[in-house]
Amino acid sequence: MDTSTQQSDAAPPHTAQGPAAHKRAVRGAGRPGDRIFLGLSRGSGILLLVIMAAIAVFLTYRAALAISKDDGNFLTTFEWNTSLLPPQFGIAVLAFGTVVSSIVAMALAVPVAVGIALFLTHYAPRKLSGPIAYVIDLLAAVPSIVYGLWGALVLVPHLNGLYGWLDEYFGWTGILSWQGGAPRSLLTVGILLAIMILPIITNVSREVFRQVPRMHEEAALALGATRWEVIRMSVLPFGRSGVISASMLGLGRALGETMAVATVLSPTFDIKASLLDPGGGTFAQNIASKFNEATEFGQDALIASGLVLFVITLLVNGAARMIINRRKEYSGANA
Amino acid sequence: MKLQRKTRRALALGALAVSGALAITACGSDNNSGKDSNGGSSSAAAAPGAAKCDSAKGQLQASGSSAQKNAIDAWVKQYSQDCKDVQINYNPTGSGAGITAFLQGQTAFAGSDSPLKPEEVAQSKKVCSGGQAIDLPMVGGPIAIGFNVPGVDSLTLDPATLAKIFNGKITNWNDAAIKKLNPSAKLPDLKIQAFHRSDESGTTDNFTKYLIATAKSDWPYSGGKAWQAKGGQSAQGSSGLAQQVKQTAGAISYFELSYAADGIKTVDLKTGAATPAKATVENATKAIASAQVVGTGQDMALKLNYEPKEDGAYPLTLVTYEIACDKGNKADTLPAVKSFLSYIASEDGQKQLTGASYAPIPDAIITKVRSTISGLS
Repeated sequence: MDTSTQQSDAAPPHTAQGPAAHKRAVRGAGRPGDRIFLGLSRGSGILLLVIMAAIAVFLTYRAALAISKDDGNFLTTFEWNTSLLPPQFGIAVLAFGTVVSSIVAMALAVPVAVGIALFLTHYAPRKLSGPIAYVIDLLAAVPSIVYGLWGALVLVPHLNGLYGWLDEYFGWTGILSWQGGAPRSLLTVGILLAIMILPIITNVSREVFRQVPRMHEEAALALGATRWEVIRMSVLPFGRSGVISASMLGLGRALGETMAVATVLSPTFDIKASLLDPGGGTFAQNIASKFNEATEFGQDALIASGLVLFVITLLVNGAARMIINRRKEYSGANA
Repeated sequence: MKLQRKTRRALALGALAVSGALAITACGSDNNSGKDSNGGSSSAAAAPGAAKCDSAKGQLQASGSSAQKNAIDAWVKQYSQDCKDVQINYNPTGSGAGITAFLQGQTAFAGSDSPLKPEEVAQSKKVCSGGQAIDLPMVGGPIAIGFNVPGVDSLTLDPATLAKIFNGKITNWNDAAIKKLNPSAKLPDLKIQAFHRSDESGTTDNFTKYLIATAKSDWPYSGGKAWQAKGGQSAQGSSGLAQQVKQTAGAISYFELSYAADGIKTVDLKTGAATPAKATVENATKAIASAQVVGTGQDMALKLNYEPKEDGAYPLTLVTYEIACDKGNKADTLPAVKSFLSYIASEDGQKQLTGASYAPIPDAIITKVRSTISGLS
């Protein structure tokens, strides 16, 4: 955000010299140093595209090999067995589990993260907000396998109470009924993912809330607004697009999380009506579980599933970008 | 100025965190060395100089089955005391990845839970110039069925009941079929939570092979490294399963015996014999003794006998193999491969296994393995 304002500050004198001068500056005016640098930067740009294209071609090729031999339907089969003859595998369960666990994680993490960010920027005394921010940063530095171990050894055995309570009061909904199995389900995964994505959402939201123009807040205060009304009228609208981008960063991590999910979930290849029943699976977890013992064909099939995750992530990011663009009038970019 | 103070404080905090982490890791390594010395004491009986190094030298890369990882570790520890010029790196990547690496010529030998498939043998002719890859049975091990039922200390199951439990047909511990096998046990009204491996594994393969051989009508699946039955719970790796059994009331699962340490109770299997067999190392060796060698030529692949009549033979076992070329091993690693493999097949080597909850290969088979190894070229 800082850099963008700096650029727009610096822009006017530049354009004043006219497009011709601008063009000459880009071409490098023929000096060798400029030309070398231009070549290097252009080269690395092209190299990046070439590498990306090569990876994409390789992955698509191997995925296509696998899908062409799939005896089931790649999109709808509830099974992942690549060593069967003929092999049967499908991504339905994985797509469902990935999306559902991420939604649960977002539903739990975003409100809490926004709350923490607001507390740190608008309520907490300075002495307190420093250490809290530091602890949240530490949360982000914990490796995911450690979260996974903690989840399997501490979180799962202690969730029986919560599950029983949910089943008693919300069991009638169907999606929160519980048969009494060990709580290694998509809900547990969602809770764990929520803890894992909390720091990144908090940090980015905090930075965005800090950027709220002092004038907006003071204007609201001058109109007689309470502190909550200040937040509702000036901070939240200003920070909305920033919070959405923060959430998307968190969602990216939740969609791709591997080891923590693999340690906490009881993966099976069926879709359970209840979030509390053990079962289901996610793309990344399935790849981590199956890759070690996979044959070459099995690896191809896993690559194909990874491509689907890639597409889902692209769609989610695209949707987020659309939302942010539509709300541009509120965002800090042109404030 | 203010900024500087801030960074200094952050540095101090960082230093604190680092020193804390160091203290923790220091404790960790202390524990490890303690464990090692314990493990060593059981194997200290082996006299130094048990391995013949000959001209063996250099680094030996190997990878494969994680089921035999602890056995290899124990062997490498002893072996490297005698042969200091040889360094052995065994990477427990899993049998499938191990065989792939061997067939691509990346490793000197591979460890595997299951013998080579015919197409893998055909592929191996590329890396073994003039020869082919062969299976050498080296480590046996009982697969224990661990359970966690409060108030029940010993439990007997037959293959059919076991299959029904893991197939979701029997769902409560007070089921009539379990009661019939355990008339004296106080079986509670508790949901059975059958755990299986979520990753593909040779242990799953061997466990389901046993069910297919002994309870075909209750286990209608074709077998393989991936779990095929629907439902139930799952966890990653044998250690994951053992952990779940430990912390979940009503849980039952299968893993190598070494993971059943610290208080996990194991099921006695009803076999053809009069009394049910306990999951112990000796009982597993008894059952492996009646296995047949089905490999052709130099290959020593075994076919296990899942329905032994002998008293006390525990039929639910897994045999892991080392895989090397019979002819055409790489010249620079051949002496080291031969020396290490003959050490682990030797009496001293096999003696190390019982300390690590593995079963030694019965005499009749291991003598053949020794003569095969001495002929490697």
